[in-house]
Amino acid sequence: MKKIEAIIKPFKLEEVKDALAEIGIEGMTVSEVKGFGRQKGHTEIYRGSEYTVDFLPKIKLEVVVADGQSEQAVSTIVGAAKTGKIGDGKVFVLPVEEAVRIRTEDKGEKAV
Amino acid sequence: MLLALLCMAPAMSGLAQDGAAEAVAEVVEAVAEAAGEVDENKVAYDEMIAAHGATAYAFDFFALSMVWTIICAALVFLMHLGFATLEAGLTRAKNTVNILFKNVFIISIGLITYAILGFNTHYPGDFNGFFSIGGPIGDLNADGSGTFAYGGVALCMTGFGDFIFQAMFAATAATIVSGAVAERINLKGFMIYATILVGIGYPVAGSWHWGGGFLSAMGTPFKDFAGSSAVHAFGGFAALAAVLVLGPRRGKYIDGKIKPILGHSMPLATIGVLLLWLGWFGFNGGSVLSAEPMAVGLVITTTCLAAAAGALASILTSAVMIKTPDLSMALNGILAGLVGITAGADVVTVWEAVIIGAIAGVIVVPAILFFDKAKIDDPVGAVSVHGVCGVWGTLAVGIFGGSDFSFMSQLIGTLAFGIFAFILSLILAIILKSAGMWRVDAEEEEEGLDIAEHGSHAYPDFVSVAEK
Repeated sequence: MKKIEAIIKPFKLEEVKDALAEIGIEGMTVSEVKGFGRQKGHTEIYRGSEYTVDFLPKIKLEVVVADGQSEQAVSTIVGAAKTGKIGDGKVFVLPVEEAVRIRTEDKGEKAV
Repeated sequence: MLLALLCMAPAMSGLAQDGAAEAVAEVVEAVAEAAGEVDENKVAYDEMIAAHGATAYAFDFFALSMVWTIICAALVFLMHLGFATLEAGLTRAKNTVNILFKNVFIISIGLITYAILGFNTHYPGDFNGFFSIGGPIGDLNADGSGTFAYGGVALCMTGFGDFIFQAMFAATAATIVSGAVAERINLKGFMIYATILVGIGYPVAGSWHWGGGFLSAMGTPFKDFAGSSAVHAFGGFAALAAVLVLGPRRGKYIDGKIKPILGHSMPLATIGVLLLWLGWFGFNGGSVLSAEPMAVGLVITTTCLAAAAGALASILTSAVMIKTPDLSMALNGILAGLVGITAGADVVTVWEAVIIGAIAGVIVVPAILFFDKAKIDDPVGAVSVHGVCGVWGTLAVGIFGGSDFSFMSQLIGTLAFGIFAFILSLILAIILKSAGMWRVDAEEEEEGLDIAEHGSHAYPDFVSVAEK
């Protein structure tokens, strides 16, 4: 099993979710995060004084899939989340040791 | 009686001859009953009017003026809600409970101290013109309920009406300071400071003018209609002294640069300012001290137009000076206009009011920027809005008000209020600071006063992601 972590632009969440649903991935965990990569922050102004905002809001999407589906999931996410502009984000793939469905106590790929 | 007869008439005309006698008896009974009711009420009413003696003819105007006064007292009270929300909106969420607590404390201690000694210190009657500490209020209705017994036509209300209206003003002086010292002031120290500033400082200074003291006794008397100096400059300069002793918030000025500390809720700040504008209907409108329609109409108009002009002027000025349509500057512009017109709302023309408000709106923007550049940290712009524009509003009466007023008298008055407030505040702040009761320590400030001083959150359901 593989865990796919994707940092994406917040407004892309719906698109990515729908695209994953189309290839049969219907479960995921989503969190609101802040971060930056090579996209620098931007300048804002408050009562006449400028300041830079380094951390930009992003969405972190986590989904665990069977080994066989991992590549397809990654390319689906990349395709749906891409805008071509700086700050699109990154996708990481990590190995998963074990997975358990709490309700039924299914283990392994059955739980994913 | 006539009404009863009219009601009976249709019934009478519609009856047959047989029931005529019965009908007549009914009518007689109804008339007698109706006559009896009218008699009771009329007697009570006549007694009430007669109690006002020779001036009973003016009862309607008197009652109307009193109602207007009480409504205005309620509107000025509402300003405390405005201050609370404005200050909360322009400061960080981790200090919100503290801001709200201070505002709740201020209105409460303000009213009580005004009853204990403030009112009679503010209006000491015959005194040396500078200083006379009074005692607690008693039965202010004891003057008699005659219409003009308390204050004549010019102060057309009962003693209690006067008391409660003025009492609402008193606390606003301390609340001006609470915004400037936000996010790092020691709670206990502030409570002591506010009690003395409002309990003693405000009424003593106020007695110089509204109490008939030395400012009213000058060749050309000082004029401050509703308190540009007595309330706003007083509060603004007290705030200046307070923040000079207090120092800026941690992280505000780093390496010679200004690091903005964002307010956590612009909706709250906006609600606050618009509530304050609403409160000013009472603050200025009630300072007419009667329901005299010409004066009330003029004052409310000059007040609102000055506020509007202030907003527009600030919007324009910040567009030029900082190249942004800054909401918080527009809000400060409204307040600047209101503070600016407060000294002369009843003696300037409509277009003079617009000019006064506009100038206030123009000067408040560079004032705010200046204090920041000078490393004087004022999270809500209290010193600029109330101090600087309070002085402007006072001087404006000397410029626009006509020959009844002089620029010199206005200058003397505003300096008297400003310097007195500054020195009193400075002394209190220095004493409290040396007792370790003026500022919280660094850790408490980082943690937030809500936790450090009150042990609670303003928004327990919202977990903040990062240190602010």
